[in-house]
Amino acid sequence: METGSGQDTEPVAGEPVWIGLPPGLLRMRRLLLVVWLGLTALALGLLLGLFAGPVWAALALLPLAAIAWGWVMLGRNWASWRYAERADDLLISRGVLWREETVVPYGRMQLVEVTSGPVERHFGLASVQLHTAAAATDATIPGLEPAEAERLRDRLTELGEARSAGL
Amino acid sequence: MTTPGLDDGVPGLRAKPPVTERRLHPVTPLRRAWAPVAVLIGWAVHDPDQAQRQLTRLTTTTLLIAVAVLVPAAALYGFLTWWYTHFAVTESELRIRTGLVFRRTVHIRLERIQAVDVTQPLLARVAGVAKLKLDVIGADKKDELAFLGEREARTLRAELLARAAGFAPETAHEVGEAPARELLRTPPRDLAIALVLTGATWGALVAALVVPPVLWFATHSLWTVLATGLPLLGAAGASSVGRFVGEYDWTVGESPDGLRIDHGLLDRSHETVPPGRVQTVRIVEPLLWRRRGWVRVELDVAGSSNSVLVPVAPREVAEAVVARVLPGVTVPPPAALSRPPRRAGRCVPVWWRGHGLAVTDAVFAARQGLLRRSVALVPHAKVQSVRLVQGPWRRLWGLADVHVDTGAGKTVTARLRDAEEAAELLRAQAERSRTGRRDALPDRWMA
Repeated sequence: METGSGQDTEPVAGEPVWIGLPPGLLRMRRLLLVVWLGLTALALGLLLGLFAGPVWAALALLPLAAIAWGWVMLGRNWASWRYAERADDLLISRGVLWREETVVPYGRMQLVEVTSGPVERHFGLASVQLHTAAAATDATIPGLEPAEAERLRDRLTELGEARSAGL
Repeated sequence: MTTPGLDDGVPGLRAKPPVTERRLHPVTPLRRAWAPVAVLIGWAVHDPDQAQRQLTRLTTTTLLIAVAVLVPAAALYGFLTWWYTHFAVTESELRIRTGLVFRRTVHIRLERIQAVDVTQPLLARVAGVAKLKLDVIGADKKDELAFLGEREARTLRAELLARAAGFAPETAHEVGEAPARELLRTPPRDLAIALVLTGATWGALVAALVVPPVLWFATHSLWTVLATGLPLLGAAGASSVGRFVGEYDWTVGESPDGLRIDHGLLDRSHETVPPGRVQTVRIVEPLLWRRRGWVRVELDVAGSSNSVLVPVAPREVAEAVVARVLPGVTVPPPAALSRPPRRAGRCVPVWWRGHGLAVTDAVFAARQGLLRRSVALVPHAKVQSVRLVQGPWRRLWGLADVHVDTGAGKTVTARLRDAEEAAELLRAQAERSRTGRRDALPDRWMA
């Protein structure tokens, strides 16, 4: 399977050049997972240990197990995300269990949005979202490095203008 | 395109006619006169006990005072909103200025018009006025022009369409109403039979007749029965009589302006869809209509609320209309639709047989439904994005769904395709929608 970091880019004729997500997103998500569930485990363990007895405190292992499970899941999910800029359309492929592959022709783009929340900004990440006239179009690429996000935005806008078409 | 100076009606530019702002028809203030009364009735229905108590406390004098205050206040409000609402047609826009306290100016770009509706509710017909509404993506309901004089609404519609089509602004006035050629007219008898043969009509009627008595025996509370019975009766009425009245005398016509849809017994409505605005067409065939070979045709136009193109018609007639609406498109015959592979039955037992897919040079056609068959057609030029979705169970059986998103917010889905076929379909469809766009009509279809 894909490593997610864009290593599988042997240029086969006609095949799109897939680009994975940078590792920053995975790092951020795993850190958030560990922090939140770790705190939950700690609070649960302390409270149960104090008020219900040490046997009940073993329940605090549940969030820890969830951390281990989530760690793997986040990794798989992150590795499944990839996108490719072809001559006339953008491909986005994602999902492990529920796979989804989206094709958006550049001419159909209504606007390109680069967003970055406070946490994402702290980790130096930004997401690019494409909007078409169809509300169902769900074309978001999360966790890009800001420079790459801006490059993508500019390129998409340029291509969108060149191939622009109405509805 | 537009020079701002011209639009503002600068006196220096005498050669071109200045933009004239107009007001709505003088009966407009009356449409809001009933609003306070409606609020009171709504409150009384909502809380009957409280209303009764308050009513007994009222004396004639307080009532008179209330009427003396409310009626002039409502009249003043109506008058002022009318006085402060202006509209103007410029070379490329329809501008509406409105608002008493909060000013609001709407500029609607004419080449982006998706449809123009002229509607006449019953009372408006009596008063000889009409509403004019432009369907534009993302526009609000309040951006309609209500009310205009009947003739004014028609000439304005013709002018708007002429300008949107790209006629020179000097001649846009004189182009006048484009001649329409009738494509189809639904006889009232067919409409009535079609409604009788519709399951939803009977379902609503049965519910309205059965539920209130049952509730009466269960609770013996008049209010409960009324509170559930009245909405049920309303729903039953709307789905039988209401639909008949609304779809009465349904006429589909064709003109250089685009598609004309006129219908209604009491409320008349005239819709015009310019060429190239139809995003999807669905041909629906309910189970009970199949013996008569009747179908219903629905269409999606971005920003428009009306979705019916033909309420009921024989299949050949309906297909002929569809061929006019989507030029160059022939509806694929049922035999041309390929079914999902047999193993699709593991994902969707029995109903998998209802799904089907056909891709021609012009359209992506997907069928679904076993009893109530529905074929959705999307011209390749209208596809906004294509998605392939595959859940774990589908992957186990090597199946996948392909979604095609259109600009009207509707998604057409080819379900349960073979995974390899679906991947190929995804690529091919993206390619087709890109090339299909090149041959499409420009926004200004006459230019």
